[in-house]
This record gives sequence, structure tokens and C-alpha cells, in this order.
Amino acid sequence: MNALAARRRHPAAIALLILVGLLITGGAYSFIAPKDANASAAAPTASVEEGKTLFLGNCASCHGTNAQGTASGPSLVGVGAAAVDFQVGTGRMPMAQPAVQAPRNAVKFDEDEIASLAAYVASLGPGPGVPDEEYTTPLEAGTEENNHAIAEGGEIFRVNCAMCHNFAGAGGALTRGKYAPGLEGVDPKHIYEAMVTGPQSMPVFSDTNLDPEAKQKVISYLKAQEDATNVGGMTLGNLGPVSEGLFAWVFMLGILIGAAVWLGKKAA
Amino acid sequence: MSATYQPRHAAELRDGDRAAEQRQAGQKPLGGIAGWLDDRTGAAKGTSYLLKKVFPDHWSFMLGEIAMYSMIICLLTGVFLTFWFVPSQAQVVYDGSYVPLQGVVVSDAYRSTLAISFDIRGGLLIRQIHHWAALIFVVAVFVHMARVFFTGAFRKPREINWVFGTILSLLAAIEGFAGYSLPDDLLSGTGIRAMNGFVQSAPVIGSYMSYFFFGGAFPGESIIPRLYSVHVLLIPAILVALFTAHILLVFVHKHTQYPGPGRTNNNVVGYPFMPVYIAKAGGFFFIVFGVIALVSAVVTINPIWAYGPYDPSPVTAGSQPDWYMGFADGALRLVPGWLEFESWGGFTWSMNIFPFSLILLPAMWTLIGIYPFVEKWVTGDNREHHLLDRPRNAPTRTAIGVAGIVMYAVLMFAAGNDLMAIKLHLSINDITNALRLLFFIGPPIAFWITKRICLSLQRADRQKVLHGRETGTIWRHADGRFEEIHAPLSPLERWSLVQHEVAEPLQLTHEVDANGVARPAARKERLRAKFSNFYFRDRVPTVTPSELEAAHHEHETHDSQVEAAHAPEAIEPAGRP
Amino acid sequence: MNDNQTTAAPVEGSALVPASGDGQVLPASLAAGPDTFENPGLPPHVHRAADIDPAAAKRAERQVATMFAISMLGALAFVVAYFAIRDEATFFLPGVGKASTQNVVLGLSLGVSILFIGLGAVHWAKTLMSDEEVVEERHVQASSPESRADAVAVVSDGVDSTGLTRRPLLKYSLGGALGLFALPLGLQVVGSLGPVTVGELKETLWDPENNNGQPIRLMRDPEMTPIKLEEVTNGSVFHVMPETLQHSIDERKHVLEGKAKAAVILIRLNPDDIKVQKARDWGVDGVVAYSKICTHVGCAVGLYEQQTHHLLCPCHQSTFDLTEDCKVIFGPAKRPLPQLKITVDDEGYLVAPEGFAEAVGPSFWERKR
Repeated sequence: MNALAARRRHPAAIALLILVGLLITGGAYSFIAPKDANASAAAPTASVEEGKTLFLGNCASCHGTNAQGTASGPSLVGVGAAAVDFQVGTGRMPMAQPAVQAPRNAVKFDEDEIASLAAYVASLGPGPGVPDEEYTTPLEAGTEENNHAIAEGGEIFRVNCAMCHNFAGAGGALTRGKYAPGLEGVDPKHIYEAMVTGPQSMPVFSDTNLDPEAKQKVISYLKAQEDATNVGGMTLGNLGPVSEGLFAWVFMLGILIGAAVWLGKKAA
Repeated sequence: MSATYQPRHAAELRDGDRAAEQRQAGQKPLGGIAGWLDDRTGAAKGTSYLLKKVFPDHWSFMLGEIAMYSMIICLLTGVFLTFWFVPSQAQVVYDGSYVPLQGVVVSDAYRSTLAISFDIRGGLLIRQIHHWAALIFVVAVFVHMARVFFTGAFRKPREINWVFGTILSLLAAIEGFAGYSLPDDLLSGTGIRAMNGFVQSAPVIGSYMSYFFFGGAFPGESIIPRLYSVHVLLIPAILVALFTAHILLVFVHKHTQYPGPGRTNNNVVGYPFMPVYIAKAGGFFFIVFGVIALVSAVVTINPIWAYGPYDPSPVTAGSQPDWYMGFADGALRLVPGWLEFESWGGFTWSMNIFPFSLILLPAMWTLIGIYPFVEKWVTGDNREHHLLDRPRNAPTRTAIGVAGIVMYAVLMFAAGNDLMAIKLHLSINDITNALRLLFFIGPPIAFWITKRICLSLQRADRQKVLHGRETGTIWRHADGRFEEIHAPLSPLERWSLVQHEVAEPLQLTHEVDANGVARPAARKERLRAKFSNFYFRDRVPTVTPSELEAAHHEHETHDSQVEAAHAPEAIEPAGRP
Repeated sequence: MNDNQTTAAPVEGSALVPASGDGQVLPASLAAGPDTFENPGLPPHVHRAADIDPAAAKRAERQVATMFAISMLGALAFVVAYFAIRDEATFFLPGVGKASTQNVVLGLSLGVSILFIGLGAVHWAKTLMSDEEVVEERHVQASSPESRADAVAVVSDGVDSTGLTRRPLLKYSLGGALGLFALPLGLQVVGSLGPVTVGELKETLWDPENNNGQPIRLMRDPEMTPIKLEEVTNGSVFHVMPETLQHSIDERKHVLEGKAKAAVILIRLNPDDIKVQKARDWGVDGVVAYSKICTHVGCAVGLYEQQTHHLLCPCHQSTFDLTEDCKVIFGPAKRPLPQLKITVDDEGYLVAPEGFAEAVGPSFWERKR
């Protein structure tokens, strides 16, 4: 009998086995898991004609052949290029199946196709366009001016956004299964577009409400938070006291009880 | 096996006290500081007595120590934090090193907490140790409480200590809430805002209470300094005093112990305080502290910088209190709004808030606190109990405890209904409705299931005593039958399974006195008999020696019959699956 | 009375007896009755490896010493790290991401230095200290009858000598004095805790008297800029504060107290979606303003769902339907959110001419009085 076999009935063996199993599964998943597609840097070329073709092939079944809307999809007249760029660019559209809310998903079109779709929808009626890069570039912390702009962005974020998206942009629940999605890792352009178009349950934050500079500040705040050092360590999902309580009950109490069991057990 | 081990007796150790003179020659004289102290206090006698106190070994007896140690860690790190924390709600412009808040108007309390987190070296570590220790403190208090409850350790003579413990746990939760509120961040400020709502909901005096608490209109500039006094002075003082009494009573009563061979209601078997338990318990303090410090090194708690400063206008999704206040928050989430009404005179009765916030806490802790007295009244048992019950041997109590825990857990989970909704992709309305239902049907179901499990476990114990333990070895008889071999229990193994008494319901003897007149006490006694019946109606008798004898006899005749008929041909140890 | 020495039925002076009949209910450990098992006594002592094998003992000793040495190293590492690591230093830590070197290293070294003392001490106790079990006898908790009688005698003698029983005047006057002395102290603390101007609960910064009777402009929160009607586009939501808050901000006085009751949410709906005439009338072209302070316990009700027109409170999930004058459709709140009547002033800015018609925020006793 080797040493391993001799210890296979040790009380800690099961716990250890589960731990190893979890580590292997988790590690393997992180290798296999689909990686986010990297956006190409070249400026996309748009063509209304091609957009229309794509639209008829992929969107018309719900939104109607003239984008006038049907029972299963709203009218797209006047939603603007920004709405298309957001919905298609984050993989929310086309929707796989009807649901209370379209979830973020793998993007199904390339940049040119999205630009063409956007150009086609924009041609149907006036609406917010894809934002200028000037306002979707996060301000870099460093100068006093930028630092204050980021802090102001934080104040605007807390008043206008945190109640749904949570203080750290981790997302939150709405009524009846709807939710505000997490904002971490979202392209600044898409954050901007969401604000101007108000997708799904989200209200519209038009330029008359939050001017482009204010939106840029919000984006800068979010990116500054994302880039900030996790000074305290693991964030536990930035979900507040619930995840902290769960951690204390499961992990810390577990370890301490383990120590107590060891302490109370007679030595070999 | 039959050789019974003769243990050392503490009394023997203490007998040595009287022979001190004889010992003196060979021992080191008490000199130096210890001698100086004893000259002035005479502490040596008490010290030697205390050091020989015996503590039984069991992991569950360390739960209370986890609580004690995390409280000490909180006291220690709390002192550190007071050096830098400024309990003031004066508004200042933040100019510290955390960029996303630079230039924002915040309270001095929030600014100083940011300073502790970012500008004071190691400050964040101390803050995180303080907060993690606080969470573990209340966790350990509750788990310790559950251990005491389920093992019946609250029975005479320990009822007072149960009440002390109950008050301690309530104070721990309040202390935690006060501390959680001090940084004046958005999340805790929302908590105080809700607390203001609770206070205002009190009939008649609500608005006045709110103005008293906040020193005027909410939020004012008084609540943080006041909570600070409560958090660092008032409650810690009461906590430490009560906790000292709690520990003293443990020394006075001597620790309870689990039943086992050699352990009786009249002794305590374990290891002496000096040196074993000084090393074990002292060492355990360092283990608890070490684990909390390690966690604080790598896991964030309460990132107040991310919450932002308190302001009544913003709010964050997922606004929850720390876990121990979760059940009260959850209760408020489940209560329907129609309970509020207006009476004649235009007075508003916030019955959707008041009973489930201001009343809930004292009510819950009162129920916990009086349980030993209720059980004593029902059982009429006035003896001292130092041997713990195995939870299965007190099915009704265990079931009551589990039902209570389920009720509490439903409320606690309700406080996280929004996070459950988003993480499990469910509708928050459905979750809330399901929990509303579960609040009412969960506890009775839990009661019934737990009681059945306890009784089944008792029956299994009974079977084990009567027919022995399963060996995992399967016999195949010549006729093809299979039989598992059972090995009889040794007296040592058997003892834990047969030592408990099985209480029977109290019976009403005479409801009328000698003259045929109804006795005035009879109604109360009838109620008591009913409760007693509820507690002890279902029971599994313990095995008696004569039953065991009979069972053995049966086995033997059975076996000899079998052998006579077909001697087993093959013996195959099947091994454990 | 030593209760636990009495072997009689445990129910004192009542009409109840244990059903077993003879009233002999004793813990089996005490009553080795005719048909109960006998306590077999402590199991034989099993020696540990370190008790019989000097090599094992030596090994245990070395293990304990190693743990203490690790603890010392941890403490030293902490000291070095405290001075050596820059405040802003970061590194990548799996599971954390960009972690603060200082917090992690200080915490781990502190944790190790503390934890290993504990592990060492417990390991020492488990392996090398005597593990022969010791039995301590218990004694009945109650004092002996003599001691009790003694105590009673001392107390009653003491009471007698004070004359309290014979001199009722002393008894009652002392009782009165003791009963009253706490009153001044209690009065001082309770009476001085705060001004009790509870009438303020019904006032907000939207009341026109805060602006010399003039209508008060709606301002964006936190920018404090006025809002024109046409700026409120369909489906958009504005978080609003009154113009009058600016005084408080300028003076840095009572800003939060003002905000706590004045926070308002401004939303534009399709006027046809609003089902209540009053709600439509109090708004302008489908633009309506409601108090943002929840009528439950006062959290900010900010979660507006553009498609369903529901307002959700993140604290306890009270849900208000904007199309029905903010009636509660789910959750623990009872009352609808109070509406703020708005109009447009000469310059085209939204203003509130009258303030709230009822108290905002959580219920309180005299709310309707």
C-alpha cells in the first residue's frame, strides 16, 4: 500500500479531491472559454445598399421589411445609427430567441457590416449617430483637471446610473427578470451609445440631459475605476455586503472550523 | 478492552495543594514579580486552582472562542482606527490620493476613512481586519448559539448564561451596524436613511425619536458622532462587561461535555488549562487572528471609496446592510404595503414597517432568550444538566431550532433577492413572492422533516446497538442468500448510544381536588400537559440490557438454525463500495 | 434546596407526573437502575507516536520550532515591507488583478507571523504536552442549606439594623429619592438630543416661501443647471434638485438635509400613456415630476424602466407605476410617490410653482395632520 492509498480515507481527502477537481475544471475552462473578438482598428466602410441587404436577411423578420416594426420588434425609424451600433455591436441583436431582455452576446457581424446596417437604419429617419471619438476617449488621470473631471463623472454616475448599474457598474436587478447589465469591459463607444439611445429598459440620457462632455466624464470615471488598483484585494464581484457575508460564512467560518477540528483531534 | 483506564483526577492534583510544604523543598520558591504580587494579592491560591481547571476537547466548543477572539481583534484594531478616524459630518473637499474622488465635497468622517484606506500605510489592512473580524464575530456568535441550543447546553444551571449570550448577540449586531455606518459612505448612509424611516414609523413618538437621534432633521451632523460614541464606548463597554460575566459563569459552571464512556453528569473529562488549554486556546487566538489577517490581505471588504460619499439623492443597486442585519432588511422586503393605514384623527400607522423593523429585533431576541425557561416549564425538569444532548435525542427541540433557522434564513435570503435575481436570471418579483410563501410554509416543513430525521437516527442507533455495526462484509449462503455481517458493539462504543434518557409526556393526574371541585391550577396544567405531549409524544426508547440480551439470543438461535441447515460455503469479503 | 439531588418527580407541586409512573426519571448516568447500561468508564489511553517514540517527539519538536521560525520570518518580512514598498506599487495577482503590493505583502506577512504562532502552539499542545485526560468532579451549583441560611440571616439582620422595616417613612422617602434621581439625568440627555421641529418633515425646499413666493426652477442634479421643457426628450429621465438648494450649497449648510426631502425625478412620457388626469395636469406635455424619496423608508427611487414606465426602489423593491400617478404595484410601500406640480416660466425653463401638496418620504405618525 503506498502512501496515497493509505490516506485515501482521510477526512480531508474528499475536500482535497473536490478542490483539485474544481481547480482543474476552472483552469481548463479558462483555456477553452471563447475569447472576446478583437476589434480591428481600421475605419469601417459603410454602404446603405449592403446594409439593406443585411437588414432584410437578418432583422426584417422581427422589425419588418421596411423597419416599420412588427408585433415582435419595435420600429427602427429614427433610432439612429448609434442604436444599431450599440445593439448589433454588443451582440444583443439579432436576438436568438424572444426574452424579457436581449442579453449581451457574441457579435455576429464584422465592423463593416455593422456600419452598413447602421447607415441603412440612419437613412430611414434622423436619430443619434455613432458618437464622435472625441467624447468616447476616456480622460487619463494625472492632471488636476482630468482628475476633477473623473471625480465629477463619478458624481454624475452615482446620481444617474448607480441606482441600476450598481456603484461599481457591476449591474443590478430590475422588475420581472429584467436587469441592468454590468459595465465592466464595455467599449466606451457602446456606453455612450447606450446613454443617447436608451436601449430596452434604460432611459435616454440625451445630449440635452447630459452633454457630451458629461458623458465623457462618466465614461472616464468608469474606466478609471476599472483601471484602478484593487487596493483591498479581491472585489467579490463588487456586490456589497451580501457577497462579503457569504464569504465570511462559507470560506472563513469553514477554515476556522477546520482549524478547530484539527485542534480538538487527538494527535497520531 | 475490559481494562478500564484510570484517569488522573483534578481533585488529586488539588490534593497536592495541601502538601505544599512538602513540595516546597524541591520546588522553585515563588520569588520575583510573582512573589511580590502574591505578597500583596494572595493570588497564588486562586491561580493554581484556575490553572488546573479541566476543559473537554471538541471542535464545537471552539465556536465561542472564535467569537471571543474576533471580538478581541476588533477591540485591538478598533483602537488603531480611532487614531485616524474623525467622527465628524463637517463637509470638506477631498484632496487625498484617491483620484476618482478628488475635489468632491465629502464629510470629514468619509475623508478620514479614505485617508485610512489610501494614505496611511497599512491602514487599509487594519480596516479590513477590523471589518472581517466583525463579520466573523457575529457569524461565530450565531453558530455558537446554535451549538448551545441544539445540544441543550442552556439547561439548568446555565439559563443565565444563555440570557447573557442572547444579549451579547443582540449587542454584537447593533455594534456592527453602528460601525458599518461610521464611514458615511453612500451604502451605509442609505442604511441610516432606512433606519430613519424605521424610527419615524413608530406610532405617536416616531418623528420625535427621529429628531432626537439625528439632532434635528435627517441626516444632520450629529448622527455619526453619536454612533461613534455608541460604537467605541457605550456598546463595547457593555459587551466587555457582559462577556466577562459570560466567561466567568463558564468557569463557575465548568464546561459541559458530550456524553461518552467515563463522562457523567458529575464530572468533566478533558485537559487542564495549564498547559494544554493555554497552548490550545491561546494558540487558537493566533490562528483566528492569522486567518483574518490573511483574508484581509487579499479580499476587499466594504470598498467605501467605490461607494462614494453619502448623499440622499444617489443610491446604488444592491443596497444591503451587513449580513447580520440582513434578516430585518429582508423582512421589510417581504412585507406587503397594504398593512399601512390611517386611523381616525388622521394618524398614520406604518404597520408595514414598524413591527418588522423596530419591533422585530427585540421580539426575535426575546424569543431566543426565553426559550430555556419555556422548555423548563414544559419538561418540568429541575435537575442540573452538564452532559450535552445529542441533537437527535431531543427531536422536538432540534426541530424547533431548525424551523427557527429556516424562518431566519428566509428573511436573510430575502435581503439578497435582487442579487439572486440577477445572478440566477430570475424575476425579482417571483423570488419575493416565493420567499413570502416560504416564510410561512418553510418552518413547519422544516420542523416536520427535522423531527422525522431525528427519530430515524435514533432508530438507527437502536438498530446498531441491538444488531451491531455493519461491517461491509457480505456472506453468501449455500442457498444463494446474501447477508451482511454485523459486528457487535463494544461497551465503549455502545455507551454513547444508550446513555440518554427518553422523557415521556407529563400526565395530568387530578383535575379536581378531594371535594370534586375543579382545581384552579388545572387549566394551566392542562396547557402544560399539552405542550409536554407535543414535545415528547414521539419517542424512541433507548435499548436496555435485557433487550440487547434478547436480541443476542435471537441472533444465536437464528445463526445456529442457519448453520444447522446449510453451513455457509463461501465467505466473500465484499469490501466497501 | 438542592434540586438536582432530589430523586423525586421533577415537577414541583403540580398535578403533573411523568408518565413512567414511579416518577423516577434520572439521567441514565446517575441512575444505574435495574435495566440500564452501566457507564463503562474511560476508554484505555492510547499513546501517541511522540509518547513512545523519542524520534517522533524530536520530529514534533522540530516541526513546532519551524512554525515559530516561520512566524518570526513573517514578522520581519512585515517590517521590511513596511519601509521598502512604495505606497503606489502594484503587481498582478491571480484572482485579484492589479493588486496593491503593500496591502497584500503587509497582510500576508502579518497573517503568517500571527497564524504560525497559533499553529505552532496548538501542534505543540497536541503532540508534546500530556494528553492524559483529567477528570474533574462537579459539585452541585447551589450553596449548602447552611450557607443559604447564613446569607438570609446576614441580609435580614442588616435590614433590621437599618430599621427599614420599622420606619416606613425612611423606606418611602428613600424609594422616592432613588426613583427620582435619574429623572434629571434622563431629561437632560433626552431633552437636549435635538431640536424637535418635527413640523419640518412636511416642508421641502420646493415650498415657494423659500424663493420669496416665486416658482422654483428645476435644476439638474448634480450639475445644478436649469432645464428647458424641450430638453426633456421622450423616454429620458432627469434627476432634479430645486434652485433653492443653491443657497445651501453656497453656504455649505444643510445641503444634505435639503436634498433628503427635495430630490425629484423628472420624466417625459407620451401624454396618452398617463392614465390619471391629475398627473397629466400637474405636468407639462407629458413631462411629470415626482418625489424621488421612497414612501417606504426613504431610499432614492431612481430605477426608471423606460418601456414599462415603472419606478423601482433598489432598497426594498417597492415598484411605482408612472402611468398611474406612481401608484404602488409591488413591494412594501403603501403610498404613491407625491407628484410635484410643474409649469414653464417665461424663459422656457421648468418651474415648480407650489411645492409638494403632501409630505414626502417615509410615513410618520402626524403625516396627515
